[in-house]
Amino acid sequence: MASSIPVSVPADLAAPRRRVPWGAVAGVAFVIALFAMAAAAPLLAPHDPVRQSLRVRLKPPTLEGADGFAHPLGTDHLGRDVLSRVIYGSRVSLFIGFAAVVVGGLIGATLGIVAGYRGGWADTVIMTVADAQLAFPFILLAIGIIAVLGPSFPTLVVVVGLSGWVAYARVLRSQVLVLRSREFVDAIHGLGGSAMRIVLRHILPNVLSSLVVVATLELARAIVLEATLSFLGLGIQPPTPSWGGMIHEGREYLDSAWWISTFPGLTLMLTSLVVSRLGDWLRDVLDPTLRGE
Amino acid sequence: MRGLAGFLGARLARALVALWLVSTVVFVVMRLSGDPVPLLLPPDAPRSEIFRVRAELGLDRSLPVQYAVFLGSVARGDFGRSIHFREPAMRVVLGYLPATLELGLTAFVLAVLVAVPVGLVSAIRRNTFVDHVAMGVALIGQSAPTFFLGILFILLLSLQAGLFPTSGRGEWRHLVLPALTLGAFAMASIARLTRSAVLEVLRADFVRTARAKGVSETLVVVKHTLRNAALPIITITGLQFGALLGGAVVTETVFAWPGIGRLAIQSIYNRDYPVVQCVVFFSAAAFVVINFCIDLLYGVLDPRLRTR
Repeated sequence: MASSIPVSVPADLAAPRRRVPWGAVAGVAFVIALFAMAAAAPLLAPHDPVRQSLRVRLKPPTLEGADGFAHPLGTDHLGRDVLSRVIYGSRVSLFIGFAAVVVGGLIGATLGIVAGYRGGWADTVIMTVADAQLAFPFILLAIGIIAVLGPSFPTLVVVVGLSGWVAYARVLRSQVLVLRSREFVDAIHGLGGSAMRIVLRHILPNVLSSLVVVATLELARAIVLEATLSFLGLGIQPPTPSWGGMIHEGREYLDSAWWISTFPGLTLMLTSLVVSRLGDWLRDVLDPTLRGE
Repeated sequence: MRGLAGFLGARLARALVALWLVSTVVFVVMRLSGDPVPLLLPPDAPRSEIFRVRAELGLDRSLPVQYAVFLGSVARGDFGRSIHFREPAMRVVLGYLPATLELGLTAFVLAVLVAVPVGLVSAIRRNTFVDHVAMGVALIGQSAPTFFLGILFILLLSLQAGLFPTSGRGEWRHLVLPALTLGAFAMASIARLTRSAVLEVLRADFVRTARAKGVSETLVVVKHTLRNAALPIITITGLQFGALLGGAVVTETVFAWPGIGRLAIQSIYNRDYPVVQCVVFFSAAAFVVINFCIDLLYGVLDPRLRTR
């Protein structure tokens, strides 16, 4: 029998034990909106992102441009609509970001689990390589590889992905190291379970939450790295709009047309901030032991 | 003391292996990027001239031989002659190094001088307005892409406010924006970590004891808290110093700062292997040395590590 009479409950009992902070909700909403924007770019963008119109070059944000259209974020040096390009640019950022996280996650998780589970020389080799990678500015290696292979989607995905594998490997290695010595692993081993079975069926589910945390934090980093490479002219090539590329193009017009660089830059900054905060929050909820990694 | 020596020995061995791996990767990547000789000569140079220059640079030998020669010379501190500048790569890099050191050290000192007090104040006045603002700014600083931060600084402080020049190197004004840009990430990370490290120590029993016996709050913070919070702060500071080297590549490009980061990018485009190898080797060596020093500092700061 439902009653509409409010029942007073002591505050500490009424409140759920772990309330989801509004920031995390907003963060999730932001990421979903970003995805929707990338997926529905052709519907949302008011203009063709690569259509040039020299009549409306370098026009500041306006609701009624000389061509009779609104350009709420202005137009760039070729008269392209900045808003439409920012919307389309999210596709590059999210696609490369996610693909790179998958590549880096697969490599890093595999090597981390092998290093932690096998130990011995495999561990030594993998962790030495990881140290070596951390020991020098990866951006130089990325630039070198892209200079060799030429900038393209697959190259970028591999390079950005490779830049992140160490984070997964280190976290998973330390966790597997602990899990390996637990009784349940010995028990399965004793019952004749193969190493493959132990890793896939019993260890992997135990490290999944850490994997999700690292992947979220890595997504923010991957998006920024892609934008940085595009900014240096080594990412997605024009005329395809990407945030980093737009910031690069607008750089020459900073004193006359600040909006070309600023809007994609702010979008990039906000995305990076929100995704990394989301990662921090996930870490605190799922796996507080990862703090400080 | 033997425990520490063994620990440091193992670290040193790993560091040397890391340096070797880094050199090898750079060697392979740069060789894959193609023949630099046509870039050096006029387009109508005769084939004999191309062969002559190639032989002069040792590029006509097989890759394993080139690799062996390369390792041998690196071990002697010889990185070969720059293909573009036509003088020893080491001399080229050393010529650009002061600009990077000036920028990097300024950024680093700025980061530490701002971040440690801010983190400390945030911890002491936790959950106040000051704390929220400081940590909010730190969060933004930590996730803002370096290159866009530089663009924002140029836009707001240079073009709008006219306070600083947009690019180049010269008087101290030139240094401010690049140093802020380069130091922002380190500053934000160090501030956040200082706050959490200090908070952790402030909760410790010995701090409560110190307060209980009437030690002044200043003394509690300076003598009991900061000293104990120092280890994690130093660790992240060292790591951030290493990361500064990577950030320098981007910052120097944005501000046209004539340092080794910008030199490296130009040299990659010029396929100037010796210079790229030298820059990367320098950065990696600096990173390794810094981390080694941090390990040493640990032994000094935490007596427990010496006996363990």
